[in-house]
Amino acid sequence: MQLVTAIIKPFKLDDVRDALAEVGVNGITVTEVKGFGRQKGHTELYRGAEYIVDFLPKIKVETAVTDDLAERVVETIVQAASTGKIGDGKVFVSKLEEVVRIRTGETGAQAI
Amino acid sequence: MENQIFELQYAIDTFYFLVCGALVMWMAAGFSLLESGLVRSKNTVEILTKNVALYAVACIMYMATGYALMYGGGWFLQGIEAFDLSEVLASSAENGFAGDSVYSPASDFFFQVVFVATAMSIVSGAVAERMKLWTFLVFAIFMTGVIYPMEGSWTWGSKDVFGMFNLGDLGFSDFAGSGIVHLAGAAAALAGVLLLGARKGKYGRDGHTIAIPGANLPLATLGTFILWMGWFGFNGGSVLKLADASNAHSVAMVFLNTNAAAAAGLVAALLTARALFGKADLTMALNGALAGLVVITAEPSTPTALQASIFGLVAGIVVVFSIIGMDRLKIDDPVGAISVHGVVGLLGLLLVPLTNDESSFTGQLAGAATIFVWVFVASLVVWSALKATMGIRVSEEEEYEGLDIGECGMEAYPEFTSST
Repeated sequence: MQLVTAIIKPFKLDDVRDALAEVGVNGITVTEVKGFGRQKGHTELYRGAEYIVDFLPKIKVETAVTDDLAERVVETIVQAASTGKIGDGKVFVSKLEEVVRIRTGETGAQAI
Repeated sequence: MENQIFELQYAIDTFYFLVCGALVMWMAAGFSLLESGLVRSKNTVEILTKNVALYAVACIMYMATGYALMYGGGWFLQGIEAFDLSEVLASSAENGFAGDSVYSPASDFFFQVVFVATAMSIVSGAVAERMKLWTFLVFAIFMTGVIYPMEGSWTWGSKDVFGMFNLGDLGFSDFAGSGIVHLAGAAAALAGVLLLGARKGKYGRDGHTIAIPGANLPLATLGTFILWMGWFGFNGGSVLKLADASNAHSVAMVFLNTNAAAAAGLVAALLTARALFGKADLTMALNGALAGLVVITAEPSTPTALQASIFGLVAGIVVVFSIIGMDRLKIDDPVGAISVHGVVGLLGLLLVPLTNDESSFTGQLAGAATIFVWVFVASLVVWSALKATMGIRVSEEEEYEGLDIGECGMEAYPEFTSST
C-alpha cells in the first residue's frame, strides 16, 4: 500500500477529486495548508508599495491506495492538477505500513 | 404679501442650510469608516474613538470660541438666540428677493461647525496607528477653537491677516474650502506627522516602502460613498442661498459639478494605478474620488460640466503620484490625507482663476500660502508643546500590540483570532 500526498492549487481541487473518483480511489482527505516553494512566496502591491506574501494558500490531498493503483493515481493527480505555471504543487508517495478500518477492524488492502 | 414671501424665503434658506449642515455632519461618519478601513484591525477602536471624540470636541470648541473668532459675536454664541421679525424683513427688503440670503444665524453656526469637524477629521487619518489618543484630542481643542477659526476669519470672515493685508482684496476666492478646510486640515496633519515619524515597519532599512494593507476595504468604500454624498451639502450649502431661481440653478450646477469631478477623479486614479502597478488598486480609486471632490470644492459653481470633469481627472492623477511621492519622502500617511486634502486642495485653489474672473492667480497663491504657513506653524508649535509635556507617540510595544487595547482597553473584533 502507498500513501499519496499531493499539494495542489486550491482551484484545482474539484478536477482532482473527479479524476481520482474515476480511477477508482475510494476516499481522500483534504486539508487547507499554506507554504512556499522555490519562489519563496511572491510580492503584491498596495498603494504602490510592495508587500511579501510569504506563504501561499494550497490544498493538501491525501489518499491511501493499493500498490497496483499507486502509479495511476499519481499520474491522474499530476494530469488533473497541472496548469503548466509556477506553483502547481508536488506529489509525494510513501510506503504505507498498515491501514485499519475502525468500524469493522479490517486491516491492509481490505481496509482501503 | 411681499413680507410673507420674504418670510417664506427666510424659512427655505434656513432650512436649506440646516439640511446641508446635516449632510456635512454625516461626513464625520464617512471619515470614521474610511479611516477604520484603511488601518489595521488592531487600531480600529482607537481610530473610531478619535473620530467621534474629535467631532464632539469640534462642536464644543467652535461654539465656545471658534465662531466668535471667525465671524464676531459673543463667546458661547451669546445673542444668537435672539429673533426679531422686523429686522429679518428689513434686511430682506434691503437685499431684495434675488439678493444676499437672509437666514437664521443659528443655522449659519450649525453649517459652519460641521466644516470645522471636517478639517479636524483630516488630521486623524494621517496620524493614525501611532499617536496617543489624548494628545490628539488636546490638539483638537486648539485646532478647532483657535487655529482654524483664525484662518477662517481672514478668508470667509473677511478680516485682515494680523492687520497686515486682506486676502479678499488680493483676489482670493475659496468657494467651499479647498484651502480653508482641506488644505488647513492637511497642514495640521503634516506638522503632526513630521514630529510623530512613520509607523514602525513602514520603511525598510534601505529606505524602500513596505505596504501595511488596510483591514477592511468594504468599510473604506462605504466611507468614501458617505463622504461623496455629504459633499453635496458641503459644496451645495456653500451657495448660501436656494430660494430664488438664479441661486437654485447655481445650487444645481454645484451638485452636478461636484458629482462630475468625483466621478472623473475616481476613474483617473483607477487608470493611473492600473498603469503604474499593473492592478486596479481600490484604495487609490477611493482616494481619486475624494481628490475630485476636494479639487472642485474651491469653485464648483462657475465651471462647465466638462471643465469640472477635467479638474477631477487631473486631481485623480495628481493624487496617485502625490501618495507615492509622500512615501518617497518617508512621510507616512496611512490614508493619504495629506495628498488628498493638502496637495489636491492647493491644486483646487490654483484652478479657480480659470473659470472665475473675480479671483486672481496671485490672490490664490497668497491665500494658500497664508493658510498653509499659519496652520502649519501654529500646529507645529502646539504639537511640539504636547510632545514635550504629555508625549505624542505610544510606546513601541503598544504600537505592536495595537492601540485598541493600549488606549481604549477593548478590541473591535474580540471573538476573532487576530493576525496583527
